[in-house]
Amino acid sequence: MTTAPTSRTPDTPASEPPDRPGVSRRRLIGWVLASGTLAVAADLSSGAPSASAAVPSPPQVPEIFDLGDLQTNSALPTSQLIRIDLDEEGVAHFAIPRMEVGQGITTAAAMIIAEELDLPVDRVRVTLAPARPELVFNQLTGGSNTMQSMFTPIRVAAATARGALLQAAATELGAQLSALTTKAGVVTGPTGATLTYGQLSTLAASTEDVAVEVSLTPRREFSVIGTSHGRDDAVAAVTGRKQFTMDLFVEGALPTMVCRPPTLNGSPRAVRNLATVKAMPGVTDVVTVDTGVAVRAATFGQCIDAVRALDVQWNGGPVDGEDDESILAELRRAELPMVVPKVPVLASTLDLRVEFMFRSSAALEPNCAIADVRRDRATVWAGLKAPLVAQRNVARAVGLPISKVTVNVVTGGGSFGHKLFGDAAIEAAKISKAMGKPVKLMWHRADEPRQGRTHPMATSRVRATMLAGQVLTFEQRHTSVVTDFGHGLGERLTALAAELPANLGGLSLSQSIFTLTQELPYDFGVVTQLLNEVDTRFNTGSMRNIYSPDVATANELAVDQIAKRFGKDPYSFRMSFLRNAKAKRCLQAVAKAGGWGRALPKGVTQGIAVHTEYKGATAVLVELDTRPATVNRKIRDAVTGPRVTKAVIAVDAGLVVNPRGLEAQMMGGVADGIALALTSSNHLQDGHFLEASWDNYFYTRQWNVPPEFRCIVMPSDEELPGGAGEAGVAASVAAVACAYARATGKVPTRFPVNHGTVSFTPKSFVPSVPESPTDGLSYTS
Amino acid sequence: MPQHTFLVNGERVTVDVADDVRLLWVLRDVLRLTGPKYGCGINVCKACTSHVNGKAFNPCSVRVGDLAPDDEVTTIEGLADTVDADLHPMQQAWVDHDVAQCGYCQPGQIMAAVALVRRVRAEGRAITDADLDGIRNICRCGTYTRIREAIRDGAERM
Repeated sequence: MTTAPTSRTPDTPASEPPDRPGVSRRRLIGWVLASGTLAVAADLSSGAPSASAAVPSPPQVPEIFDLGDLQTNSALPTSQLIRIDLDEEGVAHFAIPRMEVGQGITTAAAMIIAEELDLPVDRVRVTLAPARPELVFNQLTGGSNTMQSMFTPIRVAAATARGALLQAAATELGAQLSALTTKAGVVTGPTGATLTYGQLSTLAASTEDVAVEVSLTPRREFSVIGTSHGRDDAVAAVTGRKQFTMDLFVEGALPTMVCRPPTLNGSPRAVRNLATVKAMPGVTDVVTVDTGVAVRAATFGQCIDAVRALDVQWNGGPVDGEDDESILAELRRAELPMVVPKVPVLASTLDLRVEFMFRSSAALEPNCAIADVRRDRATVWAGLKAPLVAQRNVARAVGLPISKVTVNVVTGGGSFGHKLFGDAAIEAAKISKAMGKPVKLMWHRADEPRQGRTHPMATSRVRATMLAGQVLTFEQRHTSVVTDFGHGLGERLTALAAELPANLGGLSLSQSIFTLTQELPYDFGVVTQLLNEVDTRFNTGSMRNIYSPDVATANELAVDQIAKRFGKDPYSFRMSFLRNAKAKRCLQAVAKAGGWGRALPKGVTQGIAVHTEYKGATAVLVELDTRPATVNRKIRDAVTGPRVTKAVIAVDAGLVVNPRGLEAQMMGGVADGIALALTSSNHLQDGHFLEASWDNYFYTRQWNVPPEFRCIVMPSDEELPGGAGEAGVAASVAAVACAYARATGKVPTRFPVNHGTVSFTPKSFVPSVPESPTDGLSYTS
Repeated sequence: MPQHTFLVNGERVTVDVADDVRLLWVLRDVLRLTGPKYGCGINVCKACTSHVNGKAFNPCSVRVGDLAPDDEVTTIEGLADTVDADLHPMQQAWVDHDVAQCGYCQPGQIMAAVALVRRVRAEGRAITDADLDGIRNICRCGTYTRIREAIRDGAERM
């Protein structure tokens, strides 16, 4: 056969079954659907590992069956299809039932389709599917699960399409199937005659749904997967053409904002100047809803003015009078006791207790949604990672059947967990209903840290016992303000209760998720990690990981202290006690690349940490500059302080679809880790959070960025991708924390370390939003 | 309603809107130029960064009434036209370095970067780490390192 080396022949021999459970030895079935041009589909459960995996006891639960498995397996009973359409131009179209928020899943999906279909990546268009109720649990973007759960189904669908194109080409060219080759969207026959996928798109179409068996491209033949690709929306992003929710213009959906209560989750009692505000320039409507007083106007600027003018009598909120210290005291009371097993009398004990403050999970794009609620139907547009839950909640909020609510998913300007909830969509729908008009709702920045979702305040206690160079026991008690999982993960867990590992029995939802995500990668004898959660009064949620960044920080600080007791170096101690091979390899990689132990000026300190989750591993090495010249840098309205001058992260995330995308996720994870360790938190005082601006909530800024950053993507022989979106955070925050402890000679017990200082003057609570400045022309640069 | 005339991306526009409406909303809600993003409305996050007469500014903090008829506003949508190409060299550097993640802050980042390069060039010097440290634009995805790399690269191409 005269096959060009880069072309691919059909009938990839099935002689090499993949060696991993899941994809292996299972017949993969795709569907050619009845359609005018070629349409194919695959079951979302294709290739999902069986849920009946045995769960032996000594390894911790996540090593065997983790949150990713939970989500992947929750697809099984739904048996629903994802579909790829090929148009007459030879372009493949796929509406992914997930949400793109910057993590790069549309690019990765396009690459997977391109690989299996033998089509250039730029000939694949991936859009976001609207809410598809038939998918039940399988339309939730979270837990770093997209690639894990979608990889094989997408490949099956694309392989099905390629098979159908080849069949059509064989008929058209009168050639044997085996004599055909495909390359870059063109089929070539034995005589050199060619047909493009576009030409074949109608010929390959089917008049009925037909099931076909497919085989997938073996990993060694991958030419797209595993290579670096820029994002599919890169040009749109840099030209301003990329559209987010607020960039959409829906007929009649005028700008709308909400005047919010001065204390957390307060509520409006009465508006004292309704007529005055209604008469303000541009204002069309003012209505009271449960969350505040909504204003609709010709421009958002006029909404801001109206919100500021509103004179509202407020009911107090559920945490009126509370502050950081009162909630910390509540957490302390809720901490579960340690139950150290009987250890020899001579064993020494290490105790560590670390507190983690509230943190805002807000993205740069604030909560926003467009809603058009009519008497008999409703339509919403929003960035939603759990559109099915939003659809249900919108329906409930406006009193319509779920089937009458259309939910359009729009690419989000960041999420970090924030867009798991349909807060803005639900609120917009209520306002639209109350006004009887379409609305484009935007939260003011000030609304976000003050009334938006936060990562809950938490404490983590660790007690380890040691004897003769060994750690005999390691216990952790994590105590948190209740984390809201009302975005669908709870339903998944409940529905799968029977299939979960037996040792989850009897745990609450949050305890189950804790158990499914937390593992200690060290050989530390008897290990127990338990969670208790109290207080439901706050608006909470996950924030680029659920518990891991806090848990890992407490653990890794403790590990450094144990190493110190043993007189061991933090790196070599970890290498001796790690039992996770991936974590060891990552740690070794960062130690080497980052020059662990190298001579540094006095005041510059290294920190090193590892984290394992989603069956992958990360390790981070940082260098922290705590010299006065750095710490005392003066930048207007900023927190400077110690600076991470170098960060090296190694990640093993299983099979990597797009290394460049994975590196981007790690870069973001490190930026998050630096902020969580050093600068970013919400301060609760008198029943409200003080923060109202990016110059109050100190997320990492350019002056905090490590001048030297390196990401090492570890080679992996896994057949499936692991989780990546959250993987970079936990080890980063832990490494910075460890470096800070070494630099100061004192283990910090509260994070972020600068929380004790309120580094800004809080903005007013009434009015609830600050006035826009007018002096912008004095600051051109 | 008062009328305001000024230049946007090379075209003269006239809008009917109250004097004190901030330019960001005139651009976005009236002229439907949605490249400049809202991130705070108080000149902190810099997501709306655009150019006025070639210099970076934040339209969230400028009353439309304060613009003169000959003031030339350039938003991200008009940046490439200033060099008569499909993409401005800084935009091309951004694509080549795969800078954007969610992309929300990127129009503002690029407009700030172009103005920075022009400024240091006018001062007859190269971009320093201190210049890059001084960029206030928030990127909540944390792609700061690639932003720094792209600015240095884009500066060489400008």
